[in-house]
Amino acid sequence: MGGKLVRHHLFWPLCVLGALLLFNLLYSPDFFSLVLRDGNLYGSLIDILNFGAPLILVSIGMTLVIATGGIDLSVGSIVAISGAIACLSISKGTDQSSIMLVLTAVGASVLLSLVLGLWNGALVTVTRIQPIIATLILMVAGRGIAQLITSGQIITVSNPNYEYIGAGSLAALPFSIFIVAGMLVLASLLTRRTALGLFIESVGSNANASRLAGLRSRTVILAVYVFCGLCAGIAGLILSANVSSADGNNAGLWYELDAILAVVIGGTSLNGGRFYLIGTVVGALIIQTLTTTIYMIGVPPEITLVVKAFVVLAVCLIQSEAFRKTLKLRWKKRHYPAEQEVTRHA
Amino acid sequence: MKEHAPILQMTGITKRFPGVKALSNVDFRLFPGEVHALMGENGAGKSTLIKVLTGVYSIDEGSVLMEGKAVSISGPLAAQKAGISTVYQEVNLCPNLTVAENIYIGREPRKFGRIQWKKMNQDAERLLKERLNLTIDVAVPLQTYSVAIQQLIAIARALSISAKVLILDEPTSSLDQTEVQQLFRIMRKLKSEGLAILFVTHFLDQVYEMSDRLTVLRGGELEGEYMAAELPRFELVLKMIGKDLKLLEELPKLSAETQNSAGQTMLTASSLGRKGAIKPFDLTIRKGEVVGLAGLLGSGRTEIARLLFGVDRSDEGKLAVAGGGGVKSPRGAIDQGIAFCSENRKTEGIIDDLTVRENIILAFQATRGWFRPLPRKKQDEIAEKYIRMLNINPPNPEHLIKNLSGGNQQKVLLARWLLTEPDLLILDEPTRGIDIGAKAEIQKLVLSLANQGMSVLFISSELEEVIRVSDRVAVLRDRAIVREISGEQINQQQIMQAMAGG
Repeated sequence: MGGKLVRHHLFWPLCVLGALLLFNLLYSPDFFSLVLRDGNLYGSLIDILNFGAPLILVSIGMTLVIATGGIDLSVGSIVAISGAIACLSISKGTDQSSIMLVLTAVGASVLLSLVLGLWNGALVTVTRIQPIIATLILMVAGRGIAQLITSGQIITVSNPNYEYIGAGSLAALPFSIFIVAGMLVLASLLTRRTALGLFIESVGSNANASRLAGLRSRTVILAVYVFCGLCAGIAGLILSANVSSADGNNAGLWYELDAILAVVIGGTSLNGGRFYLIGTVVGALIIQTLTTTIYMIGVPPEITLVVKAFVVLAVCLIQSEAFRKTLKLRWKKRHYPAEQEVTRHA
Repeated sequence: MKEHAPILQMTGITKRFPGVKALSNVDFRLFPGEVHALMGENGAGKSTLIKVLTGVYSIDEGSVLMEGKAVSISGPLAAQKAGISTVYQEVNLCPNLTVAENIYIGREPRKFGRIQWKKMNQDAERLLKERLNLTIDVAVPLQTYSVAIQQLIAIARALSISAKVLILDEPTSSLDQTEVQQLFRIMRKLKSEGLAILFVTHFLDQVYEMSDRLTVLRGGELEGEYMAAELPRFELVLKMIGKDLKLLEELPKLSAETQNSAGQTMLTASSLGRKGAIKPFDLTIRKGEVVGLAGLLGSGRTEIARLLFGVDRSDEGKLAVAGGGGVKSPRGAIDQGIAFCSENRKTEGIIDDLTVRENIILAFQATRGWFRPLPRKKQDEIAEKYIRMLNINPPNPEHLIKNLSGGNQQKVLLARWLLTEPDLLILDEPTRGIDIGAKAEIQKLVLSLANQGMSVLFISSELEEVIRVSDRVAVLRDRAIVREISGEQINQQQIMQAMAGG
């Protein structure tokens, strides 16, 4: 029974998350405290969920792409483009109080991110460019597009309706959490209530055999890139709404790497095949918690990335079965050298 | 040919893998100045023997003598040192290095640590000219030349490492007729210079054109060593398949009463062909009929199946299916009521990461599309039904398919296709690696499906099996259908004579 628990794909990610939270608790005892002020909940945990929302979103989309055996490096750039187009449309608006203005802006960026996802998917399926190269194109070009939209400036807007997407709250919780929950439910329904999940896993596990079983693998792959683009676009809206500005240069910078990491920590293999949405969410939470922790314990800013890298390395090693086996073997060798000797001669 | 001492002598070679003896007490010898063909069907131990010679596998028992001295071939490097070089069908050189670099890679002529490019190019030119009669520019990248030339360059490289034994593993399978002849000329030249050549090919014509001596393996054991001139083709095929002519009695034919010779046409292929894969052929399959494809490995059996299922595109001829319209892709074929169980279970059949249940419903679900998923309860029912019907073991639908044995994986794939209720079921080696009981079950299943009106194209290396289930047998040789035999005429002798040809 214990073995089954350890082998569950969420076991190690949850352990790591638990360890991180425990460390925070020991470091600052009021880490878990939640305060209700002006009808809103405040506290470190809420912050992690709130600031982590865009990353979770991007990672959900990335999970499906990785499950087909692909990868999407352009999500960070889509985040920037989506925020830029939304802020541009709002700043051009005449009636700042109009709800229609915000809806148009949101619609424009959602539509654009779908198109960008379609572009990635088309490069991968129609022109058969390797996913890492195909999405690298938009990763690089996308930053340029975002800066073109913002004319190289940081566009600031002051529109309370728009701000609500990233900084508002609903039922005492940040609104962004509800967006993420909504997208998570949508992704789960799409993949588990239709046959899409089966098709994604099948294509990712053995594309050739899937084709022979009659799957239209191209359509499946196209769909996941489009969905990934959508997730990144909405994440871009949350991010830019949270700070009421669009920075084409820095918004969503390195998101693709954090998202890939979250997916892998969550138990989905980079080789494609089985995917775990909840695992990904836990993975993204681990990364966000780590970032928060590093800031909280006051690691000097110039070495935060190094510290993060070491922790991530540790997390990956813990999750690696091969590494755990070696560790176990070493441990045994050190403690029972005589026994080792016997088995060697046997 | 003079009968002097063999350059290579292998005695009592045994190689075990977990659960199987891939080679058991096999002797093999090779004389200088001969071309020696290694013959055998799938699983005969041919490739194991070659891998022993090239140092990929180590042997469990037996000895290898090179020029009378015992050698231990512990790895590819040791094989090279012993004087054994191999050229594979897939040329394994570096396409973007020059010809000369490819020949001398790792052994470049140096002076004071610097590579002498000029000397290297001159050496390469001379080597190609003298040994292979080939005059080409050696300073351009390898990929500028055709596969045939690349293969010759690989041979040149092997020769320059002072090879005494040259293994050519399926060298002709990607060459056209004139290229084959060019290769053969060079093989004859090398042979006359005293090189010992071990030649592996599936083409019987080529075996008889080139080789002096044959060694036949079957089921990991030595069947015998023969002079090519003294062994008629027909007997060679008998030996490879393992049939004694006297024992060729009529097996009880299960399909004797099938009445379907006059049924409706299910599929018609007229001069359908694909360059390099299968020569244009005509084939008609009627409703409720079992058509067998017989032929040696590499004779084009699988290529026909791939064309009919739309995996490969034909480049001439026409394919008409009863439902109307042609077949352009596997999906198109499935929509036309065709199902194809590939011989490559691992790469073209099972989806590793998925469970038995998911693997069974996959093709059926694909025809239903995304938005009409089979309810989970229905999936479970289906999985249970087929697990019971085909005796899949372990009988747990949630088991990952990669953990099942080969035979059980095969049954899952069969279930996948039966679920789509096809009009034509193409089975490529459906009983390979399956125990005898399960084999008989699958054969019976094929016949009962045919009685219910399903057409079956049955491909198998086991002749008894083909004979037992087929109403009609199309026989292939060297990538062409050479004969069709039906009804009473179907027997081993007829089929094998057609398989062996001239």
